[in-house]
Order: sequence, then structure tokens, then C-alpha cells
Amino acid sequence: MPNSRIIPRWLVAVVTGGALLAGAVQAQAKPPECIAPAKPGGGYDLTCRLAANGLQEAKLIDEPMMVSYMPGGIGAVAYNHLTGVRDDDPNLIVAASTGAALNLALGKFGQQHKVDDVRWLGALGVDYGAVVVRKDAPWNNLDELMKAMKKDPSSVVIGAGGTIGSQDWMKAALMAKADDVDPRKLRYVSFEGGGEALAALLGEHIQVFTGDLAELKPQLDSGEIRILAALSEERMGGPYADIPTAKEQGYDVEWPIWRGYYMGPNVSDEAYQQWADRLRELNDTDSFKKLREGRGLFPMSKFGDDFHQYVKKQVADFEQLAKEVGLTQ
Amino acid sequence: MFDFLIQGFGVALTPLNLGLAFLGALLGTLFGALPGIGPINGIAILMPLAYTLGLPAESALILLAGIYTGSEYGGRMSSILLNVPGDAGAVMTTLDGHPLAKKGLAGPALGLSAVSSFIGATVAIVGLTLFAPLLAVVAVKFGPAEFFALMIFAFASMSAMMGKDPLKTLIGAVLGVLISTVGVDSGTGVLRFTFDMPELYDGIDFVVMIIGLFAVSEILLMLEHAFRHDQDGEMAPVGRVMVKLSEVMFCKWAILRSSVIGFVIGVLPGTGASVASAVAYTTEKRISDRDNTFGTGDMRGLAAPEAANNASAAGSFVPMLTLGIPGSGTTAILLGALMLYNINPGPMMFREQPVVVGGLIASLYIGNVMLLLLNLPLAGVFARVLQVPRWILVPSVAILAFVGVYQLHSDLMAIYLMLVIGVFGYLLRKFGFSLAPVVLGFVLGGLMEENLRRALSISGGDVAILFQSGLSIGLWIAAALVVLVPMFAGKLKAKFLPAGK
Repeated sequence: MPNSRIIPRWLVAVVTGGALLAGAVQAQAKPPECIAPAKPGGGYDLTCRLAANGLQEAKLIDEPMMVSYMPGGIGAVAYNHLTGVRDDDPNLIVAASTGAALNLALGKFGQQHKVDDVRWLGALGVDYGAVVVRKDAPWNNLDELMKAMKKDPSSVVIGAGGTIGSQDWMKAALMAKADDVDPRKLRYVSFEGGGEALAALLGEHIQVFTGDLAELKPQLDSGEIRILAALSEERMGGPYADIPTAKEQGYDVEWPIWRGYYMGPNVSDEAYQQWADRLRELNDTDSFKKLREGRGLFPMSKFGDDFHQYVKKQVADFEQLAKEVGLTQ
Repeated sequence: MFDFLIQGFGVALTPLNLGLAFLGALLGTLFGALPGIGPINGIAILMPLAYTLGLPAESALILLAGIYTGSEYGGRMSSILLNVPGDAGAVMTTLDGHPLAKKGLAGPALGLSAVSSFIGATVAIVGLTLFAPLLAVVAVKFGPAEFFALMIFAFASMSAMMGKDPLKTLIGAVLGVLISTVGVDSGTGVLRFTFDMPELYDGIDFVVMIIGLFAVSEILLMLEHAFRHDQDGEMAPVGRVMVKLSEVMFCKWAILRSSVIGFVIGVLPGTGASVASAVAYTTEKRISDRDNTFGTGDMRGLAAPEAANNASAAGSFVPMLTLGIPGSGTTAILLGALMLYNINPGPMMFREQPVVVGGLIASLYIGNVMLLLLNLPLAGVFARVLQVPRWILVPSVAILAFVGVYQLHSDLMAIYLMLVIGVFGYLLRKFGFSLAPVVLGFVLGGLMEENLRRALSISGGDVAILFQSGLSIGLWIAAALVVLVPMFAGKLKAKFLPAGK
């Protein structure tokens, strides 16, 4: 071995040992990470920041949580990544919402991906769908709107921030179905995000906007819009106390939009449990309650296996619904 | 009436906020100058920092807004120096900016674009201060049918760019439109040209597109020159670095017109700097390019898009502050940042949060002055960058861009896609195509299709909706005029001026 003369053995040993040590230290000190499966600035980004800022303020994590982005396939790229590549990373959570469950049910994450392919961790908040009209709209309540829609489904122009088959469309489709109107007959316009749809409502280009309740607070405060119905189980409190649910107006439609997280399928039970406990603890702190309220979310307390079962059931329900409204066979 | 602004200057002039405005301006210029890191990523990177440092809401917003406006200044640098747009709003800047640098006028080009950026931003900030609530009402009247007409107008204006090879410009634009159709169909959710790859569902990312098209193809061209041992589009030595007042005065009308165009387009929700600078450039070419000098290093062709993209950045604050609706991709992120502070921007914000709104607007004035003071001397410094050999410069910039794109996607697929687009761009250039029409087709085509389909789903398929409002009819007439007038003008000239004169 002529080379051993040139490079002393002790140096090799030191360098190798040092590298291994550095690797070990790095592996241990890996900061917690949240993947937002979208570009910066969207709902998933805010869902990650909700956990990152909340956990840090409540001192439930030692190091700041890193937020990274993995846009693509409305979340499918991140789902692939978690089921295939970083399937056992104990420090990685991914933001998800009702939309992810819907996409799973519709097979948009790829037919091979099922709800049990990841470990659903928990939700930190929930918003509810809302049926919104301009302040000068001809309908005073949900019933009047539904009657007009029943008489001629194409006389009402509905718009929202998603394509046909998205959450926003599902809200409209379920309303139609509750009144025996064929959802395919609706005159539905899809926009790029709720903001553009809201602009179209204010500019009188569409008549009804199926949005999310808490996101509409600024426009509700200023009196520019009226919310005909909240798609929640019961009336929400505070500024929303006057808004009746669809259910109490005779249309049994609910649409909760939860904001939560999942982890890789091969994460140990121990790490999974630790994260679930951490979120549960966070959920009860006062500082987080303020943060959640500011983000316009209502409380939702489902963590660990409880949440996993909830998502599983929701996906099964969506599969059924998709058939009923004619999205899948 | 302007209480909020006086109060705002009180807020913005505190040492902390002044410092943050400066930091934002500096970082923004850097983020804008680096291709691959635009204002969106810059804000996404710094948003958690602002929050972690415990900055109050108005201070955080001042920092982030500084980054936004700063990056519209910075984006021009690599456009002019390297022919690689630094961000979305700087694509049109390459057209006349880079030829100027090739002539040895990199310094004056950087200086002139800094001045026009300053004027564009100032016009828009004054507009924001005076007319914000009024404009917001008009902006929402701009519906899908009007947007479609605006896109038709933009495409019609592009005919001005056709220059010596109209067919190639047309093919380029059509290729851009084709690429814009990749991804989930915005109306029905059907997948188009995605080949079962989830990475393509969201369509092709703008940054991936411009880095691939411009930077990667530039490297390939350079490689080719290196193998053939010929001179690689030699640069003239860097001459004087300062812009002359006479040069600014020569462009004054171009700057003012483009500032107004940029501001108006910025105010419209859903369109940003890229559309603003494209419309401003093509309009200006129509109005003042009498000797066909646009595209060969005409100062006005540089001043117009730069004034417009800065004006549109300030304009996009109008719908955000008055309606709670983002006017551009970047203001969408700023909106998210405000939500972290329990502030919901919207119609009530001027009344409920005068400190935040006033502080923000005041800091836009201050930041804009800082950016001019920062960028004028920097023009001389950055012009010297050209003394670094291009075979070092362009690959280094490309590496930074690769890192930026990877950071944004956490996925190698984006890099592969960028390389494929780079080879495509290289082939286009070899065949003598200009890249700007491809990018414009890509940006405008997507918006045009979406809005046409929205308009038609509103009307239930009746095309009459496209010609119903005064706004859209006006835009259709304008579109017809920009195509027809030059054709007839040519004929008239031929008729009245004897041949040979």
C-alpha cells in the first residue's frame, strides 16, 4: 500500500471518525420540519406556520420548525414522497386538509395510494363552508336561493376557488343534491383561489360564492356580503352567531374544512405518539388559542388514532358522495 | 383624510422601521437580482424570521414590502447584464437592456432603469395613496370577460414585436400558449399533458420556465462557442457608468406612460408585473418606435418595462389593502403574513388598522427613495460584473438558480424539467426564434384561456358576454386598432410619399 506512506493512517482514522461523529450529531440535531405540499403563501403554508409558530411560542419544540415547500399534484407529490422516500422520518409532518381527503377519495393522488398509506396525526383547527351572496342579492335566506335554483338551475351563477370536483364545488354540489337538483346542471365558475372568486362576487360577475366562513370575516364586518348559511353542525359563536346553519333551514349539508397533518407510514409508534401528544398539548395553551383565532379557525380536537379513524371514515364517505354527485362511477 | 398617512410617517420614521425598510430594500434587490429567487421566495424565506424576531405587525410588513418592491428593482440586473431575467417582471427588460450592455452601456442602462423604476413606483404609490378605495371598486368590475379582452389586446400588441420575422414570433407565442396548457384544467379538473406525472399536475412553474429557457440555453450556447473556439458574442468594454440626464429626458414620456399602464394593470386582481411590463413594452414600441430601434438597445425599450413592473408592484397593494383580495402572487403571501398577526386585510383595514396601513404606505415612499439611492451607485459596481468572464458568470448564476428552484420544490423533477426546457430554448435560439414571445405566450395564454372559460361558464356558453361591457368593447377596439393602424399607415405612407424618399 504505497499510499499509506503519503497519507498517515492516524489522519485517515481521525477524518473518518470525525465525519461519522459529525454525521451522528447532525442526525440527532435534525430540526423538526413541516412540508407544505404547495407553493409558498397558500393555505398549506399557513397550516405549517400554525404548527411552527405555535409550537415554538409554547416552547414544545427545542429548535425552530423548518417549513419547506413541495408543490405538485395538489399534494400528490408530497404524498408520494412520504410513502416512498422519507417514510420513517420521526421529525417530519406534512400539512393536509379536507381537500387531501377528497383527492384521496377521488383517486387524484394516484389509484395506488390509499388513506392508510400514511399516519394521520391530528388537526389543529377547522373552518366551515359558507354560502355567500352580495349585500343587495335578491335572496334573503337559503330557502329562497334554493327555490330559485330548483326552478331553473342555470339561472344562478355560482363561483368559487376550485375546479369541478374540488372542495368548493362539492359544497355547491351537495347543496344542489339536498334539493334534488342535478349537480351537473349547476352553472359553476372556477377561479384561482377564494380571493379571485370573492372579487368576482363583489364585481357582480357571479351571484353566489361557496367560500369558507372565517375567511370572510373582513367583508362580513364591512357589510358588503351576506352569508345565507354556514355549513356547520351548529351555529358558530361570536361574530357568526347570527348566521343560521344550512341544517336549520332544512338543507342537511355540512362541510368542515379541517387543517391538520400526517406523518410517514413507517414512523415508529413512539415518535407518532410523541407528536400527537405535542399537538394535543399545544391545542390547550392560551397563546395557541389566540393564534388559531387570528388564523380564522375554530377548535377541533382530534389527535393520534382518533384522527386517523376520522380521516379514514371521511375518505370512505367522500367516495360514496363522489358516486352520488356523478364524479366517479 | 390623510391622517393615516401622517400617522404612518410617524410609524415608518422610527429608527427600527427605517432600518427594516433599508434591510428590505437591500435584500429585495439581491433576491431580485438572483434568478430563481423572486419576491415570492424572498418573502417566504424572511416571513418566519420576522415572526420569530417578534417584530410588530407594521414593522414586519415594512420589511416584507421592502423586499417586494426591492426585488422589482433587482430583477433588471441579470436581465441587462446576462440576458437572464432575474424574476417574472424582468423578462421584457432583456429585450433592450442586454443589447445596451453589449454596446458597452451597461452602466447607463442600469442607471436609467433605476430611475425609471423609481418614477414608476412613485407614480403608483401616489395613485395608491389618493385613489385606493375608488380604484378598488373599479377593479372588481373587471371580470372574466374583460380580462379576456385585455389578453386579446396584449396579444394584439405583441404584433408590434414581430419585427423582421413575423412567422417566428407567431410560432414562438403559440408554443408558449401550448406549454401553458400543461396541468390540471382549471375549469373541469381534467389532467392535460401530464403523462401520469404528479409533478406536472400544477403545470409548469414560471421560474422553472424562465431559468430553463434563458439561463440553461445561454450555457448551452456558450458551450457550443467554446468547442468551436470562436468569440462568444463579445461584450464591448464597460464605458461610462453614470446615466446622463439627457438620456432620462429622452425617455420621459415612455416612463410616464408605462408607469400609468403598470399601475392600472397592477391594481387588477390576478395580473402582475409580467403582464404589466409586457403591455407597457409593446405599447411603447407601437407609439415611439419610428426607426425600428426597439430590440437593438433603445433606451425607451428599457425604461418602459422597468417603470411598469415597479408601478404594478405598488398597484397590487390596492386590492389587498382595500378589499382583502391579493393583486398579485406576492401580495397573496403578504396577506398570509398579516394573518399570522391576527390582522385580516379587507374593507375595514383603513379604519381599523390605520397604523399598519399608513405605516406601510409611508414606508413605500421611504423605501422607494432608499432603493434609488442604493441602486444608482450600485449600477457602477454591478456594471463591473461584466468584467468577469461570461463562462464563469453565467454558470455561477445558473447554479444559484438551480439551488433556488430546488429549495422551492424540494424535488429533483423540477431541475430535470428545467434542463429539458433549456435544451428546448437552445434549439429555439439556434433556429432564430426570440424567447420573449414564448414566455409571453406562456403567461398570457394561461390567463386568456382561464378567463375565456370562466366568462363562458358564467354566460352558459353564450359568446355575447365577451362584448357586453363598455370596458371590454373598448379593449376589443384598442386591440383591433393596434393591429390595423400600422397596416394602413404603411399603405398610406407608400401612397403619399414617393418611392425612394
